[in-house]
Amino acid sequence: MSSFWSNWITVITVGNILACVWLIWWTMRKRDGESAEGDVTGHAWDGDLQEYNNPLPRWWLWMFYITIVFAFGYLYLYPGLGNYGGALGWTAQNQHAAEMSKADEKYGPIYAQYRDVSVEELAKNTDANAMGKRLYLTYCMQCHGSDARGSKGYPNLADNDWLWGGSPDMIHASIAQGRRQKAPMPAAQAMPPWTPVLGEEGVDQVVEYVLELSGRKADADMASKGKELYMTNCSACHMPDGAGFHALGAPRLNDNIWLFGKSKSQIRDVIANGRNQVMPAWKEMLGDDKVHVLTAYVYSLSNN
Amino acid sequence: MSHEVVEKNIGLMMVLILVVALAGGAVEWFPLFFLDETTEPIEGVDRYDALALEGRDIYIREGCYNCHSQMIRPFRAETERYGHYSVAGESVYDRPFQWGSKRTGPDLARVGGRYSDDWQYAHLYNPRDLVPESNMPAYPWLFDSKLTGENTADKMAALNIAVGVTCPKCNLYTEEDMKGAKAAVEGKTEADALVHYLQGLGTAL
Repeated sequence: MSSFWSNWITVITVGNILACVWLIWWTMRKRDGESAEGDVTGHAWDGDLQEYNNPLPRWWLWMFYITIVFAFGYLYLYPGLGNYGGALGWTAQNQHAAEMSKADEKYGPIYAQYRDVSVEELAKNTDANAMGKRLYLTYCMQCHGSDARGSKGYPNLADNDWLWGGSPDMIHASIAQGRRQKAPMPAAQAMPPWTPVLGEEGVDQVVEYVLELSGRKADADMASKGKELYMTNCSACHMPDGAGFHALGAPRLNDNIWLFGKSKSQIRDVIANGRNQVMPAWKEMLGDDKVHVLTAYVYSLSNN
Repeated sequence: MSHEVVEKNIGLMMVLILVVALAGGAVEWFPLFFLDETTEPIEGVDRYDALALEGRDIYIREGCYNCHSQMIRPFRAETERYGHYSVAGESVYDRPFQWGSKRTGPDLARVGGRYSDDWQYAHLYNPRDLVPESNMPAYPWLFDSKLTGENTADKMAALNIAVGVTCPKCNLYTEEDMKGAKAAVEGKTEADALVHYLQGLGTAL
């Protein structure tokens, strides 16, 4: 703040308090011709309505003095007068930093004690899992559901079907760095819309083949045409046998788990319009130790 | 001067009351118009693009600010959940600001990028599809009504005046911005605009 504004604030603030002191002195001052304390003031309204010349109530007056003393005390201790930082050196940022470091001191070791425990071991630790669950319920349940069973478009974490791999390292990477089309992960899950490439008919045929892949009822004719299209266009990510590919986050198609719904029309919609799922990165927000505990919790859901 | 003079001159009393009432404002908000911290954008904060600007207006129209704040206070309880506390330089392009004063839902100051676009669409369409416990209203009509972009450029011009006065170092909308505004939003749904706006919130810090 420039010294002009600093002075501006200081002068007005202090002046304002001093003006309050003056005001109370001025109103209490004895004036010429004033009647004695306790007597009637001498004027009458509405014929016979008179008032006594009584002093200000003591309790009120004392409160007034106390607020003035408080104001000066406060402005001495805390920042209030322009650039003057206050005798305590308090700032909102400092208070926040102190609060954070105090919490780190208290809670940091609780997470840090698991730092060197492997995820597999930690997944069996009930204390760690209780902590992991609380983290999960704060940061993850909005998408993956409070029971971790996911919802349409958001993977179930409690089964053993993984988009990006279910090993401790892969789960850790998914949480810490997120999974998204743009940086930071170069390997992106992006299912493009296929209508422009395959046409409406081609999409219908691939839908039939995808149904067949997972052992469901399908039109054999269309499925065989769909298979050709699948091999040229889809197999690079979803693999020729439909096993999916963890490195790209391409879902397995030859099982009966459907991320975006299992009805024919839902499957068609995914192929025709594409999908682009995003898992946000949590490392910066949570820090390594919490991500580790969270990883173990997620791992425990399908490995208990 | 005696007390009687003040009491019996209503005009004088009004002037004196005004002086007293203005003292607080003169100290508390007047200097803020001239401080770098409150008048300069922090690095990475820029004017809303055409679609985000329309999205912001829908955010205001639907009254989102009644339940969602956009102001993370510097307390651990808030920064652990929402991220870095808000700073003044993030709000310089906001007229009016959307800090809010009540949280029935969570703070949105850093919601940008927290969820995927798909999540935001699904959640606006019906929050309970994703969060069964949610008491947020559904906003299905946002998916039907299309933006025309008729007065997007006018909004930009108006903001240029408001922001130009209080934020000398802000990037104002250029001629090209305004020329391209209609094309940038025309035909998009209101949901598109709102999601685009939300996904940009608080991503600079």
